[in-house]
Amino acid sequence: MNIHNIAQYLNDLGDQASTGYKFDCQPIAGEVDVLQVTIEGREELPIFVSVTDDQILCITYLWGEEEVISEKRGEMLEAMLEMNIPMPLSSFAKVDNKYVVFGALTIHSSMDDIEHELVVLSDNAVDVIDDMCEYLS
Amino acid sequence: MSIFKKILTAVRGGATEVGEAIVDANSTRIFEQEIRDAENHLTKAKRDLTEVMAKQMATAREVDRLKREIAEHEGYATQALSKGNEALALEVAEKIASLEAELAEQQTAHDQFIGNVERLKDLIKKSERQVSDYKRQLSMVKTTDSVQKATAAITDNFVSGNGKLLNAKDSLERIKAKQQAFDDKLNAAEQLEAESGDKSLEDKLKAAGIGAQESSANSILERLKNK
Repeated sequence: MNIHNIAQYLNDLGDQASTGYKFDCQPIAGEVDVLQVTIEGREELPIFVSVTDDQILCITYLWGEEEVISEKRGEMLEAMLEMNIPMPLSSFAKVDNKYVVFGALTIHSSMDDIEHELVVLSDNAVDVIDDMCEYLS
Repeated sequence: MSIFKKILTAVRGGATEVGEAIVDANSTRIFEQEIRDAENHLTKAKRDLTEVMAKQMATAREVDRLKREIAEHEGYATQALSKGNEALALEVAEKIASLEAELAEQQTAHDQFIGNVERLKDLIKKSERQVSDYKRQLSMVKTTDSVQKATAAITDNFVSGNGKLLNAKDSLERIKAKQQAFDDKLNAAEQLEAESGDKSLEDKLKAAGIGAQESSANSILERLKNK
């Protein structure tokens, strides 16, 4: 399993995706291979996929620390913790100074599983920003 | 320090010292080697266990055999005594003594093997737990490293592509607007089809009472009454 298999699969899906979404994949070169997956209509919230020895990591950036209204920060963090379990398949995290939602899959996942994960992650990201707008400037 | 604390310290430290590797590649390799060594030990311990268990079973069989033989010879000695053959009874008793000595020896060996089996099983369990814990820790370290590198690649990509991660609220607005546009288009298409289709014309004619009308039981009854 590597990002190129995943890209091939998602690009080949075309309009045939069982999830009804259309994917576009761009590999990003670097020390670690990263695949930028965008879903049609949601180009502003790309998902970044990387593959390690035992996991497939899918990450979407939500907002930066500078966007958080500082006096509401504590309240926002608590809301995120409370929402963490109910939110299907994804979890909140922070990378550098950016808040993210991410999902981790075993390296043995099927392509169907990965497709499902990406769609759920994207839906979660849109819903989360919608719900958390009150904490953001 | 727990692995969580170490990673947290490394990540936070790394944020200030850009370019410094989160985990020293060399120490990761050493750690991987240690895991392989531990796995080799584990394989050897499992092989040892099989051997010791085989020996334990062999001594158990030997103990059983000796016990049966002793009981048998005790029978012979009693029979010799009842026939008044003291000399033969004594000879049998000597045989019993040597069998009992052998039994004691085998019993000791058997008990030792049982102890060894227990010890090896505990050791294997402990090593297995340790190996899986090492693997988990290594996975955490490598994932941290990978995420850092991936983030660097993503950031570089945005900078070189002259792009910028949008503000979350703006992103949401745009996505919602696109969704709305898509929905509007879909609605318009449906409406257009409904209006331009033959179905629409037929419906209008029917509503105006023009064209073929469906005959219902009521209309038939009405017709009959009018005759």
